[in-house]
Amino acid sequence: MAKTVYVDNAATTAMSDTAIAAMTPYLKEVYGNPSSLHTVGQVAKEALDDARTKIAAIIGANPKEIYFTSGGSEADNQAIRSAAYAGLAKGKKHIISTAFEHHAVLHTLKKLEKEGFEVTYLDVHSHGNITAQEVEAAIRPDTALVTVMYANNEVGSVLPIREIGEVCRAKKVVFHTDAVQAVGHIPVNVVEDNIDMMSVSAHKFHGPKGVGFLYCRNGVQLKNLIEGGAQERNRRAGTENIAGVSAMAAALKEAVENLDNNMKKEAALRDRLIAGLKKIPHSKLNGDTVNRLPGNVNMCFEGIEGESLLLLLDAKGICASSGSACTSGSLDPSHVLLSLGLPHEVAHGSLRLSLSEYNTEDEIDYIIAEVPKVVEYLRSISPVWESLEKGEKPHLI
Amino acid sequence: MALYSEKVMDHFTNPRNVGKLDDADGIGEVGNAKCGDIMKIYIKVRDNIIVDVKFNTFGCGSAIASSSMATEMIKGKPISEALELTNKAVAEALDGLPAHKLHCSVLAEEAIRAAIKDYYDKNGIAYDKAQFPDPHDEEEEHAHNDED
Ligand SMILES: Cc1ncc(COP(=O)(O)O)c(C=O)c1O
Repeated sequence: MAKTVYVDNAATTAMSDTAIAAMTPYLKEVYGNPSSLHTVGQVAKEALDDARTKIAAIIGANPKEIYFTSGGSEADNQAIRSAAYAGLAKGKKHIISTAFEHHAVLHTLKKLEKEGFEVTYLDVHSHGNITAQEVEAAIRPDTALVTVMYANNEVGSVLPIREIGEVCRAKKVVFHTDAVQAVGHIPVNVVEDNIDMMSVSAHKFHGPKGVGFLYCRNGVQLKNLIEGGAQERNRRAGTENIAGVSAMAAALKEAVENLDNNMKKEAALRDRLIAGLKKIPHSKLNGDTVNRLPGNVNMCFEGIEGESLLLLLDAKGICASSGSACTSGSLDPSHVLLSLGLPHEVAHGSLRLSLSEYNTEDEIDYIIAEVPKVVEYLRSISPVWESLEKGEKPHLI
Repeated sequence: MALYSEKVMDHFTNPRNVGKLDDADGIGEVGNAKCGDIMKIYIKVRDNIIVDVKFNTFGCGSAIASSSMATEMIKGKPISEALELTNKAVAEALDGLPAHKLHCSVLAEEAIRAAIKDYYDKNGIAYDKAQFPDPHDEEEEHAHNDED
């Protein structure tokens, strides 16, 4: 097998040396339970406080507004349910979101719909974005919550969070954002961005898996999902994952210290990759072309199916992902691609390449050399491509 | 990759009988691009024997591997034997398919039947219609996920 070119960083990232180094003391020497009164426990508690302080400073929050969780999914669940039930107590049963949120958000909203909430899913249009005006127009007197992702994990669109937050603040509606793909990748500040609640996950910025946090602004109600001990100011029971939390803080610190350079580097690699892959006939770049994560490339190639594309790329050492049905275990392609209005048959042929600052220009050139060969081969054996080329069916892209 | 058996990966990365037959005696196309797989099988028949077979497939790894394996299994065989090929036999020959990919082997069986029926129709050969039930509607068979 060829060398590994890992371009699936929106799925997860490799841990940085910094994060690993920050983690190990808490696996070995500092093994105490922060709730214990003895020294071993109190040393652990200091580490926890230290991580909380670091993280809070980075996003512009107060340490008391940071609640550690098991990751982005848990933070999304907790934020949305909290705001929904707090709204319900005041007779508010309406929630606003978008059609292309992560399943951690969408499935929570679906459950709430079954419980009697009404959810407006804003159309993200073919360009994959919304405006603050669209949010404003959807707000009703009974709106309990607006939950809009900061950046989309599949197509890389970066949403106008600051403006949406401003609208929500003016209308006194709680505003939650799933910032899992944004924090550590683009500048995020909860105060400047008018955010009430924000979900973050460590493994998307070279931290460990299974740890994240929820920012909840002082004064915004937070209910706990997990009952038990008094950890996290009574809002999230369970002995804290100190190793994970410490590594998350270190990874985040490293990410924001290098943010400008990383963004520049990734955006240059991204644009090189897009320019190279766009040369493939009947291909299309998905998502917002202007307001876009620096590391996201998402393209569709007509006449082929994404899973076979991924497997053949994997055989060449290229690790990517696709929104094709066959990769999801369902028969429908990803809801994100469908939300952009892409026809099913086009969405099946999608490829997501998500970069990190660890990627190199050589790797990008390798991808640019290999992807067209694989696409061409799969088209050569595709009856769909044949009928497109014969003119029996119109090209859709 | 642990998703598929080595056999599947072999037939996917080195598919047998891939291509088209310009002078095919029968062509069968099944599937639906909307659902993500279409199989097209070409057969050449002499004295009731499938002397050559080729396929083109749009689909995932298991769809391509199922096409490859199924064509291998009917090549050089009498039509009567090809008609007996089941999706189960195709899946077994591939050392199994993940449960949600079994429909790929069903498509392979159906594509072969469709090609044989086309051969019969083109050559005015009488056959028992009951032998060729309409390929089921893929979309109905696999109700699209209503994730809960
Ligand atoms: C936008 C978004 N939200 C939520 C999650 C879930 O995060 P986690 O894997 O930490 O639960 C992910 C990643 O999988 C994501 O990309």
